[in-house]
Amino acid sequence: MSKKILLDKINVPGIRTYEVYRKEGGYASVEKAIKAMTPDEVVEEVKKSGLRGRGGAGFPAGMKWSFIDKKSGKPRHLVCNADESEPGTFKDRYLMEFLPHLLIEGMITSSFALGANLSYIYIRGEYMWVFKILERAIAEAKAAGWLGKNILGSGYDLELHVHCGAGAYICGEETALIESLEGKRGNPRIKPPFPAVSGLWANPTVVNNVETIASVPWIVNNSGDDYAKIGIGRSTGTKLISASGHVKNPGVYEIELGLTVDEFMNSDEYLGGMYSDRPLKALIPGGSSVPILPADLIYKTANGEDRLMTYESLSDGGFATGSMLGSGGFIVYDDTACIVRNTWNFSRFYHHESCGQCTPCREGTGWLEKVLWRIENGQGREEDIDLLWSIQSKIEGNTICPLGDAASWPVAAAIRHFREEFEYHIRFPEKIKNRNHFVNEPFAKSKVLTS
Amino acid sequence: MWRVGVGLMEKTHYNQEINMTPELMERINELISHYPADKRKSALLPVLHEAQDAHDNWLSIELQDKVAEILNILPIEVYEVVTFYTMYNRRPIGKYMFEFCQTSSCCLRGTEDLMDYTCEKLGVKIGEPTADGLFEVRGVECLGACGYAPMMQLGDFYKEHLTREKIDQIIIDCRDDKIILHDK
Repeated sequence: MSKKILLDKINVPGIRTYEVYRKEGGYASVEKAIKAMTPDEVVEEVKKSGLRGRGGAGFPAGMKWSFIDKKSGKPRHLVCNADESEPGTFKDRYLMEFLPHLLIEGMITSSFALGANLSYIYIRGEYMWVFKILERAIAEAKAAGWLGKNILGSGYDLELHVHCGAGAYICGEETALIESLEGKRGNPRIKPPFPAVSGLWANPTVVNNVETIASVPWIVNNSGDDYAKIGIGRSTGTKLISASGHVKNPGVYEIELGLTVDEFMNSDEYLGGMYSDRPLKALIPGGSSVPILPADLIYKTANGEDRLMTYESLSDGGFATGSMLGSGGFIVYDDTACIVRNTWNFSRFYHHESCGQCTPCREGTGWLEKVLWRIENGQGREEDIDLLWSIQSKIEGNTICPLGDAASWPVAAAIRHFREEFEYHIRFPEKIKNRNHFVNEPFAKSKVLTS
Repeated sequence: MWRVGVGLMEKTHYNQEINMTPELMERINELISHYPADKRKSALLPVLHEAQDAHDNWLSIELQDKVAEILNILPIEVYEVVTFYTMYNRRPIGKYMFEFCQTSSCCLRGTEDLMDYTCEKLGVKIGEPTADGLFEVRGVECLGACGYAPMMQLGDFYKEHLTREKIDQIIIDCRDDKIILHDK
C-alpha cells in the first residue's frame, strides 16, 4: 500500500460532516498554524515540502506564495481553482464531494499564511451539487469558529465563500478565473502583471488548485521535510490520478509519486489492467492537453528506463518521446480506439472552449477541427496532414494563455506517433465509414495497407 | 412572439414571465453579500444561476435586464456574460435537459451510440425539445466524470454509468415527476 495523505480518511463513515472530520483530527493544522506559527513559517514549510501546483503546470506552490505582494498594503486574496474542466480530470470533484472540510481546512491555513482575509473557492457551474456541499461545509466551519472574526482569539479574520462558474473551460486559467470571479467574460489577462501583484479586483492574489491546497494541512501538521521525503527527486508527495477510458477500474487514486506506470496500470490495487482485455494502444497521462504516448513509450522511456509517475519521468524525452504529468488525467486507449477521431474530438473541445480573444487560437482551433473532421469522415486529402502540422505550429506560443498550446499539442503528438493512421483514413475512406471503424477491425491489422 | 437580440449569435427570446419572489431575492442578496460592497458585479454569475433556476431554466432579455438592475450594472455587462458561458440558456428549453458529455473518455465508453438511442427513443434531434416541451438532448463538453462514463447532467445532478436500460428508467421517472432538478 502506498502512502495516503489526502484520501486516508475517505472511507470513514460521515467524514463529510464537520463533527466526524473534527473527531478524526481535522482542523489541527489551523490550530497549529494560528497558535504556534507565523505566516512566514507556514510559507517556509510549504517551500521546504517541494509541493508543486497540482492543476497541471507543476509550479512550486511555496514559491508562488512567496511572490505575493505584501508591501503594497492592499487586501490580499487566496482563490482556490476548482474549475477542473480538463478532459480526463475529475480528481478535485472527488476530493470536494467526499472531503469538503479538508479543502476548507487547507483554505484557512493557506489564507493565514498569505495574510488573506477574504478568500474564494471558484467551482465550475456543472458541479452544482458539490457547490452546495461546500456551502454547507463552510457554514458548519463558521458555526464552529474556524471562520469569521478573530479566529481562535488570534485577531486573524477570514471570510471564505464559494463562487460558481457557468461552463467555460478557459476559466481554469488563473487570470480568466479572476475575470470570471469579477463577474466578467473569462478572457485571460496579459501577464505581467501577475496575479500575485494585481489579481482579483487589482489586489495581490494567489490562485491554487484544490489538490494543492488540500495538501497543505498535512505539511503543516507534520513538516515540509517529511513531505519532501515522500516521492522521488523534485516530484515530492502524493498525487491524485483520475483514470478513465479502457481500463478495468477507472476512478480516482492517490499515488506516491515515483510509482511505475506499469504498476499503476496493471496492479489490482490500481487500474487492474485493460477493460475487456484488448491490447493497450495509447495513453494520455495528464489530461487532454498533454501529448499522447504510443504503446511502446508508455512503460519505458526512449532510453529504455522504467517510466515513472513523476513530473520528470513522464516528460522524459521532451515532446518527441515523452509527455507530461499535467493534471493527472490518465486516459487509456485500447486498440479499438481511433486516434484520428479522438484527436478530432479534442480539437472540437478546444474550438468550443477558445475564448476568442487571440486570433491564432480562435481561428486555428476551428481549422484544426474542420480538417480533422474531414479526414475522419473520408474526405481527407494527402496534404491535410502537413496542413494540420502547419496550423498547430502557428497556434503554439502565439496566444495570451496556454489554451493555444493545449490545443496544438494533442494534434502534433497524434501526427508524430500515429501518422500512419491519418494516412489510412485518407487513402481508404470506404474503410472508415462506420463511426466505430476500429472496433471490429483494429488498425494494427490494416496497417500493412499504408506502408 | 420573440425578436432577435442584436449581435447575439443565438436568437435571444423575450416575453418571459418574471417573478422575483421574496425567497429568490433573499438568496440573491445573500450571494451579493459574499463580495465587497463596491464589487456587486462579482455576484453576477451566481445570481444568473439563481434567476435562471427560478424561471424555467432560461434567461430572457427582460430577466437579464432585471439582474442588471439588481446588481446596479449596465444591461450589456449581463448580455456579454450570458452569451459567453454555456450554462445560461437564452431560449426556452426542454424541462428535462439531457446533457451528455461527448468528450473523449465518454466517447470511448459509448456515449455517441447512447445519444443516438436517446434521440430515437424520444423522437427528437439533438438541440430540439420534444413537442410537449418535456425533454431535450444536447451534447456538451467534458463534465469531469470521465471515470464514470457514459454520463449526462440532468439539472444540478449527474447520472453516471449510463446504459440503455438506465436511460429508459430516467425517462419514465421524468414523466412521473420523480426527478429532482435543483438542490434548493
